[in-house]
Amino acid sequence: MSQEIKDILQAADPANVATINFGPTHPSTHGIFQNILKVDGEKIISSEQTVGYIHRAFEKLAERRPYNQITPITDRLNYCSSPINNIGWEMTVEKLIGVDIPKRVQYMRVIIMELARIADHLICNSVIGVDAGALTSFFYPFSEREKIYELYEEMSGARLTTNMGRIGGFERDFTPVFHQKLQSFLKTFPKAFEEFDSMLARNRIFMDRTKGAGPISAERALSYSFSGPNLRAAGIDYDVRVMSPYSSYEDFDFIIPVGVNGDTYDRFMVRQEEIRQSLRIIEQAYKNLPEGDYKADLPDFYLPAKSDVYNNMEALIYHFKIVMGETELPVGEVYHAVEGGNGELGYYLISDGGRTPYRLQFRRPCFIYYQAYPEMIKGLPISDAVLTLSSINVIAGELDA
Amino acid sequence: MGKIEDLETINGEGYQLTNLDKAIALARANSVWPLPFATSCCGIEFMATMGSAYDLSRFGMERMSFTPRQADLLIVAGTISKKLGPVLKRVYEQMAEPKWVLSVGACACSGGIFDTYSVLQGIDRIIPVDVYVPGCPPRPEQIIEGVMNIHELVKKESNRRRYSEEYKHLLGTYQIEIDQHGEAK
Amino acid sequence: MEKQNNQEYLTAVQAAFGADVLAHEEAFGMLNIEMTPSRIHDAIQWLQQHQDLSVNYLTNIAGVHYPESVGREFAVVYQLHSWKNNLRLRIKGYLPKENLHIATITDLFAGANWMERETYDFFGIIFDGHPDLRRILNMDDMDYFPMRKEYVLEDATREDKDDRFFGRNNNEL
Ligand code: SF4
Repeated sequence: MSQEIKDILQAADPANVATINFGPTHPSTHGIFQNILKVDGEKIISSEQTVGYIHRAFEKLAERRPYNQITPITDRLNYCSSPINNIGWEMTVEKLIGVDIPKRVQYMRVIIMELARIADHLICNSVIGVDAGALTSFFYPFSEREKIYELYEEMSGARLTTNMGRIGGFERDFTPVFHQKLQSFLKTFPKAFEEFDSMLARNRIFMDRTKGAGPISAERALSYSFSGPNLRAAGIDYDVRVMSPYSSYEDFDFIIPVGVNGDTYDRFMVRQEEIRQSLRIIEQAYKNLPEGDYKADLPDFYLPAKSDVYNNMEALIYHFKIVMGETELPVGEVYHAVEGGNGELGYYLISDGGRTPYRLQFRRPCFIYYQAYPEMIKGLPISDAVLTLSSINVIAGELDA
Repeated sequence: MGKIEDLETINGEGYQLTNLDKAIALARANSVWPLPFATSCCGIEFMATMGSAYDLSRFGMERMSFTPRQADLLIVAGTISKKLGPVLKRVYEQMAEPKWVLSVGACACSGGIFDTYSVLQGIDRIIPVDVYVPGCPPRPEQIIEGVMNIHELVKKESNRRRYSEEYKHLLGTYQIEIDQHGEAK
Repeated sequence: MEKQNNQEYLTAVQAAFGADVLAHEEAFGMLNIEMTPSRIHDAIQWLQQHQDLSVNYLTNIAGVHYPESVGREFAVVYQLHSWKNNLRLRIKGYLPKENLHIATITDLFAGANWMERETYDFFGIIFDGHPDLRRILNMDDMDYFPMRKEYVLEDATREDKDDRFFGRNNNEL
């Protein structure tokens, strides 16, 4: 805590301290977050969050759903980047059953996941812009974001809750339209993105607003088990993609951007740079996309094509077994983590061999780092608290499970 | 969009006559101020609806009203848990008449895929709903369709809806009492 | 310096905590160590401060309910990560349902605060010494711990669904 903040806290006269409700429905919270603030004038003296307003009982629900029906639940964790959640879950199951995934599928997954990361960071950064008073920075990237939605649609049929892929691969190969749209995206997006960047990154007003808003030290961030861009903004280069590479991330050349102060501006800049790196990864993966099948040979888990189900006895049996959850599963405990939009998104799965998981716990990065929020906004004006909230990118679905 | 031709009018040279009611309804329908009560995934689709590609401001709705006192349309987008229920009801009660409710997404309509102990199984258990938009999440086009239906309702409903026995009874079934001005107590 | 592997971790923990290491196995490349619950706090502290083992990151805390295994109905699972050796580690403690107490590790990791509150909220496991052990996700006035196996998932107020037609019987879960 800096000396300045200490002075502010000390100077607080109990007679002037007011308790106010920030949220649950507040124009600037972008969702249902309640914070009970104690303020002295504009300065926040202490705060306490209320969470659980969107608690949907994912973990209990997962104990009642066969494995392939859990993918739609994971959609709704961090719904700004659903495909990462979907694919992370699929990889967890693949780890449990021990299956080799074709190289092509791994590269396809990387492309999809990095697209999702771009979509996620884009929403977060444009919302930071809005909270700093720049509405254009919201509308402009959103039209680019729509293009990512179109790519999702091409692969899964849905825009937001994608239910992307299957255990063992994808439900379809990249379609010709996908190729065409991806190519044009790779051409047009960088330009639009740099324009967006130029609106904010070196904008004096924006910088003055965001620098020093909601800082956290590397040490505290670590103690709070931060992960993802928020941790990296504090200066620690921990990234699951590099630490424990999955889905062939080791094949790609990219850097992990880090910040220095862990404040809103650093978080913004880290996300911006990650978008550029994601583009680089997509380009590399797309250029070197291996030939091969878009799914693993995994008849016990991978739903056969509908036309086969109608014409082929074997496919019909597998279809029945998968849909009815009759597949044999190994017993065991796996933990698998992916680098989600907000950090280390982990799946801790305990299987007792039954049709549903015995226990499935999601390691939800939002939930874990949101607890540091009161510490981050202590001594700051309320307007900075708003910026901090949007820059740590708390997603209600992930926060409340 | 409402056009003046939509109204039954008597036209003469240099003047046009219609019901005051209808003229007011037309004005109301084209300047609905929404309060987005966006909680989760559907909220992101609602954001996309607001965004430049779909652009809700074409319908006179770009002015989001985050204070319930100045809002006409409560757009509930996303899961409402039992913990959040009282908050939602409070927001509804704080809105001034006339008010409408648009329930966006399977969760708000019926609990959606979350038939769980913590999720409210449809917001119509605590507040009256005018238009339901199904989908998980509904596409922006669907949300716009829902908004259009609200506009139709706004045009059709009497300006004096709040004094009708039927309306009072409806609110009564939700344990919302109203005073002589039709506002929730 | 050589990176330490699972075996070395296990040997080190066994050497330091002897009989408190009740069981161990390696599952999917990750070391699982079962310990006496009362010693887990010390073990994590020791691991955190150890020069070479240097377990510096708390990944998550999970509760598990095993209603069938008498005397060890609840498990608390700590997943830890050592960045130095890039090694993940799982420490478990089993608690009997009559005595759901375990020491908090909020003094070691600030992030354990909500993870423990969540575990309390879901399973009713009490973390002794926790600064503020309240429900977090569910409503404060909830009178049961929903993740325990005996409680149903479904909302009890729904009347439009007859579960018999879905092959489920709520009373027998
Ligand atoms: S209806 Fe679907 S998309 Fe909408 S809030 Fe519910 S789960 Fe999310």
